[in-house]
Amino acid sequence: MVEFNLPANSKVMRGKLFKALEGAKDIKRFKVYRFDPDSGENPRLDTYEIDLATCGPMVLDAMLKIKNEIDSTFTFRRSCREGVCGSCAFNIDGTNTLACTKPIKDIRGDVKIYPLPHMPVIKDLVPDLSVPYAQYASIEPWLKSDTPAPTGERLQSPEERKQLDGMWECILCFCCQTSCPSYWWNGDRYLGPAILLQAYRWIADSRDEAKGERLDNVDDPFRLYRCHTIMNCTNTCPKHLNPGKAIAEIKQLLLKRR
Amino acid sequence: MINTPQQKRVLQSKLGRVRGLGSTREGVHHWWAQRMSAVALLPLSLWFVYSLITLTGSDYGTFHAWASEFGNSVFLVLLVVTMFHHTQLGLQVVIEDYVHSEIWKMGMLLLVKYGSVLFAASAIFAVLKISIAG
Repeated sequence: MVEFNLPANSKVMRGKLFKALEGAKDIKRFKVYRFDPDSGENPRLDTYEIDLATCGPMVLDAMLKIKNEIDSTFTFRRSCREGVCGSCAFNIDGTNTLACTKPIKDIRGDVKIYPLPHMPVIKDLVPDLSVPYAQYASIEPWLKSDTPAPTGERLQSPEERKQLDGMWECILCFCCQTSCPSYWWNGDRYLGPAILLQAYRWIADSRDEAKGERLDNVDDPFRLYRCHTIMNCTNTCPKHLNPGKAIAEIKQLLLKRR
Repeated sequence: MINTPQQKRVLQSKLGRVRGLGSTREGVHHWWAQRMSAVALLPLSLWFVYSLITLTGSDYGTFHAWASEFGNSVFLVLLVVTMFHHTQLGLQVVIEDYVHSEIWKMGMLLLVKYGSVLFAASAIFAVLKISIAG
């Protein structure tokens, strides 16, 4: 049955408080999920007081300030700091989003930062994403064509190219994937919104010649039809894409080919 | 599963686990049946509720006469079939979503399927009895 209680070792305990320096003008509290697998201790919520007068505007700026100036053991993924790499996805203020594009001033009260929900935690804010990555590999995200390769590019009309808009922009941050309750309950078999958006990205590509095979691969009560149009995916996407619509398109095509 | 040490160690690759036994290639039918039965239930339930409201306060004889009328009997049977089919399809999804023990899942799915058929058959038989036997 569904487990309504978390295992004893995942109960989040009260953590340490790191006070701001004397003379800080504009203090904002950051409550951050911490978990160290080597300590054998439960996860905890540490509080860091940050002087916004000496900090950049985004949540990631504050996180880097914590790591650089207050607590170097604080562990998280980040890379491009401008919303194109998809590394710094966390649950911030109750919503999955990218720390680098989330302004601190948009958050009222304390800033709570947790790892992406319902993923095994490796350390602090670093989740184990190996299952979603394997799911991404399972939809074979590359061009499949039996027509011999042309000497130049494989051409598309502007209309054909337009079919890919709203999908090529996905940065695979897995904000949508880990916001989906259906993915929480059945993530071992349900492909999830991010992967289904990518599946549709290839199904919709005019240059791809394996649409039928791709549709076969997702035509499954668990792989595709665990989507119950909850739409958390579309609500949470930091790139304002619509995975819910992509899933609906796949369902339409499966119906069309019956 | 680093923070759940009590779990058994699985050395199978993640891709192997995700691919599992492959796609069943039969998800569309269930999904479409659920939608089609929902669409059919709209007019059927409106008709049923409307009929119940107009019959409010009537005695047994009036109800009996209403149900034995040819058109009403047909619509009642259609309503029962569609409703129990739709219920079964919906409950199946709920069970598949939340029940992860294979034995429990199998048992509950069987219960829901047999239960719907049992109740639907009883209701249809009742309607036919009123309509034909009088």
